[in-house]
Amino acid sequence: MKYLLLKHYRGGPTPAADWPPMDQWTPEEVDAHVQFMRDFAARLEETGEFVDTQALAPEGAFVRYDGDGRPPVTDGPFAETKDLIAGWYIIDVESWERAVELAGELSAAPGPGGEPIREWLEVRPFLGGAPATAE
Amino acid sequence: MNEPLLRELVPVVIGVLVRRGADFASAEDAVQEALIRALATWPDEMPRDPKGWLVAVGWRKFLDSARAEASRRGRELAVQTEPPAGPAPAADDTLRLFFLCAHPTLPQASAVALTLRAVGGLTTRQIAAAYLVPEATMAQRISRAKRRLAGLPLDRPGDLATVLRVLYLVFNEGYGGDVDLAAEAIRLARQLVALTDEPEVAGLLALMLLHHARRASRTGAGGRLVPLGEQDRSRWDTGMIREGVAVLQTALARDRLGEYQAQAAIAALHADARTAAETDWVQIVEWYDELLLLTGSPVVRLNRAVAVGEADGPRAGLAALADLDPALPRHTAVTAYLHERAGDLEQAAALYAEAARAATTMPERVHLTREAARVRQLLRP
Repeated sequence: MKYLLLKHYRGGPTPAADWPPMDQWTPEEVDAHVQFMRDFAARLEETGEFVDTQALAPEGAFVRYDGDGRPPVTDGPFAETKDLIAGWYIIDVESWERAVELAGELSAAPGPGGEPIREWLEVRPFLGGAPATAE
Repeated sequence: MNEPLLRELVPVVIGVLVRRGADFASAEDAVQEALIRALATWPDEMPRDPKGWLVAVGWRKFLDSARAEASRRGRELAVQTEPPAGPAPAADDTLRLFFLCAHPTLPQASAVALTLRAVGGLTTRQIAAAYLVPEATMAQRISRAKRRLAGLPLDRPGDLATVLRVLYLVFNEGYGGDVDLAAEAIRLARQLVALTDEPEVAGLLALMLLHHARRASRTGAGGRLVPLGEQDRSRWDTGMIREGVAVLQTALARDRLGEYQAQAAIAALHADARTAAETDWVQIVEWYDELLLLTGSPVVRLNRAVAVGEADGPRAGLAALADLDPALPRHTAVTAYLHERAGDLEQAAALYAEAARAATTMPERVHLTREAARVRQLLRP
């Protein structure tokens, strides 16, 4: 079963802790955080659960069709108050419980003082395709 | 199995098939199929005449698909099924393929893919993995590119500048999947140097070699970017630097300066310094002036400002930035660096953080965040 672990720049439930932005950590704290992320991906590959990870730039816009012969309408940049996706992991795991366990591990990435940052991650199951035996 | 040899033969064999009467698109498909067969069977049994094997298998694949196509259309097969023997000007064939695959009418991504397949001898799967797109997408990109080229004569001189830009793009992609694209670009550039008589081709090869020589020192623990000034210079590949400098000197002696030669000259001056402090920044600024005359590029002016900052002090560097568009990529990062050198640490930290938010790659974002963190640490009592 595939799950999306979504990381947000902002939005989601109230943060469990109020950390300063990363550029105000010490260089060693930044390194430790980055190393944790790399190790997490490497561990998922080892267990055969890794599918993909990508990060998104914070800019962009909403876009929609506005009729034939007219250019699409854009709505952007994103409002400061809106939910904003930062990136994701896609994992392929045995169960919902395993997906939650992994999201919990990822959320324990170290922050200032090596403390787990306890960031909220959104976990979403993928809708699969129709199995061959469903007819 | 000798994979480099196999890959070198790919453009040569495409040339043979085209001279026997196959059109480029079909010949290229047929040789790709022969290549995939070779990759599967040569490890067990290497043919005694690898080129002859590839020509025979490729030609058979071509005839099969040409017959299928002819019968589908109810027509006679137009090409001779018995290939004429004849001299094989293989070098010219490969050069023509370089020009055709990097034809100026092609979108850059297509030119890159087609060059890697038809001249580089990579499989569609390898190219797709290197550029992180599905194999079917890459196959489609390549066949659309070939359709676009249909009917173009294979024997016209092409646009060398486009070929060089394509190779430079491949080089900058670095590692992708199981293919070392930087090494592949160097291999192709070497080939092109042997096939042409243009100092700019040698300039590009020199530039690639001089950058590639520093590759091991460019990333540190945890994959983090290590800027030039902090690199462990004992890890630079001195043999490759010597070769790059020699290639560059021969090119410069021709007295036909171009942008790749000028960029290589700057890289050579960096390579020449045993420590960052020994860097000859005054000469580097002079080369940036040359490069600016050749290109007029704002990116060059941005990099020149860094060199000016080192040669004449950070205030001079900031002054050199003055009339550049702040929206230019890396402008904020460069400004941050010059402010740090000038001792404006508060401003430098804020600018590094701003540059990190605007960074377009993950390693760059991490690097700039870390720079902001480092400068803020200096500010703490």
